[in-house]
Amino acid sequence: MANEGNVGLESRSLTKKARPGELAIRGFLFFCGAISIAITIGIVYELGKEALLFFGDGQVSLVDYFTTTVWQPQAGSFGIWPLVLGTVLISVVAMVVAVPIGLLAAIYLSEYANSKVRGFFKPVLEVLVGIPTVVYGFFALTFMTPLLRGMLGSSFVGFFNVASAGIVVGILIVPLISSLSEDALRAVPDSLRQAGYALGASKFEVSMRIVVPAALSGIAAGLVVAMSRAVGETMVVTLAAGASPRNFTLGDDSLFGYILNPFESAQAMTGYIVITASGDLSYNTIDYNSIFAIGLTLFFMTLGLNSLSRRMVKRFQEVYE
Amino acid sequence: MTVEAPSREIKEFFPEDEDYRGLLDRRSRRARIFQMLALLALIIAVLALATLIYTIVNDSFGLVAVVNQNEPEDVVADLGYDTATTSLGDLSYDEMVGLLETSLSSGVGRRLERDQRFYEDRLVFETDAKWIEVCSSSEPPSGCTLGPRNQANVLSLVQERVIVPDIIAAYELVPSLLDPEGFEEEVAAGFASDRFGDYTAGQASIEWRAWFSWTFITSPSSAIPEVAGIRTAILGSFWLVVITVAFAVPVGVGAAIYLVEFAKPSRLNDLIQTNINNLAGVPSIVYGMLGLAVFVRVLEPLTSGSIFSSGPPPADNGRTILSAGITLGLLTLPVVIISSQEALKSVPNSLRSAGMALGATKLQTVRSQILPVAMPGILTGTILAIARAIGETAPLILVGAASFITADPTGPFSKFTALPIQIFQWTSFPQVEFQKLAAAASIALLLLLLTLNAAAVILRNRYSRRAE
Repeated sequence: MANEGNVGLESRSLTKKARPGELAIRGFLFFCGAISIAITIGIVYELGKEALLFFGDGQVSLVDYFTTTVWQPQAGSFGIWPLVLGTVLISVVAMVVAVPIGLLAAIYLSEYANSKVRGFFKPVLEVLVGIPTVVYGFFALTFMTPLLRGMLGSSFVGFFNVASAGIVVGILIVPLISSLSEDALRAVPDSLRQAGYALGASKFEVSMRIVVPAALSGIAAGLVVAMSRAVGETMVVTLAAGASPRNFTLGDDSLFGYILNPFESAQAMTGYIVITASGDLSYNTIDYNSIFAIGLTLFFMTLGLNSLSRRMVKRFQEVYE
Repeated sequence: MTVEAPSREIKEFFPEDEDYRGLLDRRSRRARIFQMLALLALIIAVLALATLIYTIVNDSFGLVAVVNQNEPEDVVADLGYDTATTSLGDLSYDEMVGLLETSLSSGVGRRLERDQRFYEDRLVFETDAKWIEVCSSSEPPSGCTLGPRNQANVLSLVQERVIVPDIIAAYELVPSLLDPEGFEEEVAAGFASDRFGDYTAGQASIEWRAWFSWTFITSPSSAIPEVAGIRTAILGSFWLVVITVAFAVPVGVGAAIYLVEFAKPSRLNDLIQTNINNLAGVPSIVYGMLGLAVFVRVLEPLTSGSIFSSGPPPADNGRTILSAGITLGLLTLPVVIISSQEALKSVPNSLRSAGMALGATKLQTVRSQILPVAMPGILTGTILAIARAIGETAPLILVGAASFITADPTGPFSKFTALPIQIFQWTSFPQVEFQKLAAAASIALLLLLLTLNAAAVILRNRYSRRAE
């Protein structure tokens, strides 16, 4: 009906004239979203700035940082590998403990369990996630270390050791692996399972030969996320793994007796940052700057792992019709 | 991508000869073993949790052998009270300060007074003139700006300095319940072998000690483990949570509303979303370093409060509750954003369309229709984020939680400590008594978290029933 004149409105678009208060609130909301970018920029900038001070001091060069295998600030040696070794050792022990348990638990919960069983075990896993890491550290020091020393002898296992910290970190990340894997397993459509059963396969065969391979991208991505969490873990490592970096020289030191020995102490990157920061710390000393250099390294490590995980999901994701 | 049945194994499944039966048996046995292994994995997880809780509870109660320099009953009786009806905690504030006056040397007393005064209006150990001189020096002690002590604080001092308890041996809960005589024998053997230094067997009394108790919760921190409590830590954690929530919830929910309701798909908005997902995975210690570099160091005038007040600030540097609270706020921000996004996305689109059809602007629709429906989900996510923030330790260490304070925090510019920090410190001391303290504090922390999580679950259940 060509009766626009009777409507009495001028022909302007209603959407264009927003009320001024609206614009302000929308601006505020956008600002909230943009704060997150400010945080990331802040992290990279601040860490980078102090790290640059660390390298610019003249005492340490980037080459030394990445090639020396001795970390001894008093002696002026700042190679990162001992601390990375500590972090990686603990994370590997954690993954060795957590992946079988977490994966098997996820398979049981998604393929075998009925709702009553699930209703019992899932809250347990949620409680495990909610326990603060400092309490896990206490647990590692007061239960796990004496247990290991009792089982394997106190001359074989040091008071601070990688295994104790690694096992407890593993317990810590089991719920993470379990829930991410369970999500991936449940995303596999039931038709695939039914097809397997129709062919006469047992539940075990359907789970391991059909469902798990189909969910592999999600599971693998979950494992990478869990590894990233283990790398960033601080309190358990600080309390149970000790405060002495495992300095080594390739070729001179025995590989399995010393370098990869999980029963001796080895400081991790996060442990070093905490110990240094809680001592006497004056600004602009090389110690202060060193924690930022290590922090920056840690940030890029976890960022890389998380990005890898996301890319794995995107690239290998199964598309079901 | 279709999944094909393994073709070469079909022949395995249906062989021509009688081995068929044996093959089936083998397969079903393998299936059963696997199922048991998977269940075993879950059971191991449950066992780990049970062991953890058992370790903590076991360490928090038990028999102890304690030697007091002055028995509390003697002290109370000396003041003229009947020990049957009055105990040390019943004494008045003035009586306790009087006890300190008579038992402490003036040097120790002055030091205590400079840390924190006993009375607002008069000085106990110091002369007025000296006090003014000390407070106008270039580095005045904390007592010049802090408020006066309170009952719990002074009671703790009396126990520390007048009673001076010393625990010489401690037993865990389960052995204490099952074999108390064993502990007595152990203590007697200790005295026989001179393990307890100068103490004689007659001085020690064996008593039951609940490390986790109401006294523990209300006592301030102390250098002596026998007397220490978590009052300062709990108050510190409380202040931290208030600041964290005040920062993270408005900004987080605002960002979520923007991303879900207003953001058009564009490179910038994609970047923001990816960025938030990345930030959620950054280790908490990196946030601590950000807080140290920015809030403690660069923004020190703001966070220490010195631009707001004229006198010296309660903490003389940027290591205040405000810095730590904002740092924790930054840490929980990505989690709050993501969970609020989930809550907003779960609101059915029909509400949005209905609002638009009625002529409301986007903002009006959001405020009156969408937000109320999403609010339970947002609240649940916030509570869970708070629960996570309460348990964080590493960022607080970096931002400078005080290693030892006995004064209650009075505001956002105070020095602070927090419950996880206290657990961390006590765990790192080797003596048995500190382990007990750490265990008891862990119980407190876990109970607090349990309450928060239960609140979140109840909220979720109540509102999901309403929505039906």
